[in-house]
Amino acid sequence: MDRLIGYMKPNLAYLNSVLAFAAVVPVATAAEISGKIKLNGTPPPEKTITMDAMCGKLQPKPVTTRHYVVGADKGLANVFVYIKNADLKAPPAGEAQLLDQVGCMYEPYVMGVVTGQKFKIRNSDPLLHNVHATPKPGSGNKEFNFGQPVKGQVNEKQFDAPEVLVRMKCDVHPWMFAYVGVVNHPYFAVTDKDGNFKISGVPAGKYTVEAFHLKAGAKTQEVTVGADEKKALEFTLDVPAAP
Amino acid sequence: MPGSRCGLTGESQRFRFGGRRTAQMTRSTDNPWLHRFAVLTALATWVLIWIGGLVTSHGVGMSVPDWPTTYGYNMFFFPISKWVGGIFYEHTHRLVASGVGLLTVILFVWLALREERRWLRRLGALAVLAVVAQGVLGGLRVTALKDEIGIFHATLAQLFLVMICSIALFTSRWWIQSGDQGRAAAGVAGKGCLVISGLILLQLVIGAVMRHQHAGLAIPDFPTAYGKWWPDMDAEAVSRYNQMRGEVTAVNPITAFQIGLQMVHRILGVIIVGAVVWAAIGVIRCFGGSSLPGRLSTLWLVTLLIQVTLGMATIWTNKSADVATAHVAVGALSLVMGVMLALMVWRLGPTWRTAKDFDGAGARVGVPAPGEARLLA
Repeated sequence: MDRLIGYMKPNLAYLNSVLAFAAVVPVATAAEISGKIKLNGTPPPEKTITMDAMCGKLQPKPVTTRHYVVGADKGLANVFVYIKNADLKAPPAGEAQLLDQVGCMYEPYVMGVVTGQKFKIRNSDPLLHNVHATPKPGSGNKEFNFGQPVKGQVNEKQFDAPEVLVRMKCDVHPWMFAYVGVVNHPYFAVTDKDGNFKISGVPAGKYTVEAFHLKAGAKTQEVTVGADEKKALEFTLDVPAAP
Repeated sequence: MPGSRCGLTGESQRFRFGGRRTAQMTRSTDNPWLHRFAVLTALATWVLIWIGGLVTSHGVGMSVPDWPTTYGYNMFFFPISKWVGGIFYEHTHRLVASGVGLLTVILFVWLALREERRWLRRLGALAVLAVVAQGVLGGLRVTALKDEIGIFHATLAQLFLVMICSIALFTSRWWIQSGDQGRAAAGVAGKGCLVISGLILLQLVIGAVMRHQHAGLAIPDFPTAYGKWWPDMDAEAVSRYNQMRGEVTAVNPITAFQIGLQMVHRILGVIIVGAVVWAAIGVIRCFGGSSLPGRLSTLWLVTLLIQVTLGMATIWTNKSADVATAHVAVGALSLVMGVMLALMVWRLGPTWRTAKDFDGAGARVGVPAPGEARLLA
């Protein structure tokens, strides 16, 4: 009997963990929201970044700012698209996100994490960077600043309150800055170079989806998705008019 | 008094170290080398303000995240090979600040040993306290991640420079010998210069608030502001201004408060220039253009005009780091000049009402001042 119980224990534990996972992530009933963000209007030209000598050696081509990255069919990149419903909460899905420093630039320029989710910050350059997070005052997120003097150094950080977007910057190289969108759930995406996005694993329900761009502003759309349903959205953001 | 070239009073003191008499020191008001050292300390402080301005102008104040260490190193042994990017400015600022601290301590000790005037010795002690507080503020600004501390750090820097320059003035032969004339009443010009210096200090504090918001130019055009004489400052307009910016560096978004502050800075600048013109004319009419106060007031006015030009250039160059830093440094200079002029006029006595009592060299008619003519010439 003892042998039987000893055999059953690990299998019961396994079964228990599988059931718990299924309860948290309803994979079988997950919907998908995808689409494209387009830019209306002609954006101002990007400015060329003048790097110092050491960083300049790491960048064979001229580097510009990334305020408006417009791809095929006026698709706008680096737009943070997320479900805005305040009551929606879910744990992170997938591996920890990575914010890399490559050639004295942050990659990616815009990324997203879930509140409380640890994400990695890596220095891939053969020189020193500092990593300075500057959340908005009163957001509930803590400002931090630390050095990464060694190539390959990885640190893990997290933000505990939702905030779209938290700016990360390097004060050693003031042109280096990037943004992290922090939400209470993993139902977000950042548009690719052609303005496309896809949010997977969304539970069935009625949502407000916001597309937020640092320069072109934000727009929202209401969407209702059923189990396993796929919905496509298209947003058009405008280049702001001169004052 | 033996050892005094100006017939000044003094006192002798015996200093004992370890129970054995090692030196006999004489306190005096006439310490030319002490004065020169105070001038050197003042110059070093001004250079430090330049470098501090470069730190904020380049937006690299947080490039060294730790203090008093530098990336874990003792700051004096931080490898030169690692002084890259913004670290170069921030680390240099820390090292020069340490040097100014050392100079200030030496100045204090020198004053304590050789200066006869007790109040001046106390001013030296106050300078040491100020420089220590300044260092701590600078460190806390980094470790506590508080922009607000940077505003106090910048303001105390200006006040510290004034303090050191005052010590340099008080230890100068000009001050000592002018004092022999017994002219101690404050006049309208002196009070005017002091009030204007207060306005300049206020202007510098506003400038420090603007700089330490790390938001870049809140208004990108001049003499208009977003194309108007008074810009829109409602939330929708401010949001649009932020969207329109094409920042290359990581500056903070601008706010309506910052836009209003820059407008106040502009208006106060015009008021200060007008006031300095008035004060300079008054001082020159009173003491003559060739007198030391007269020459200083002319220089003050020229400095203010340079400062206004630099202010405009700061906007026209989209806050070029060198131009913006020069604006900080010349601003500090204009404050020092105003306070020094106020002290000089106060030292020489009433001005507006008794202009006829002074000759062209600033000396009082009928009052003998041994050696003064030689010094003022």
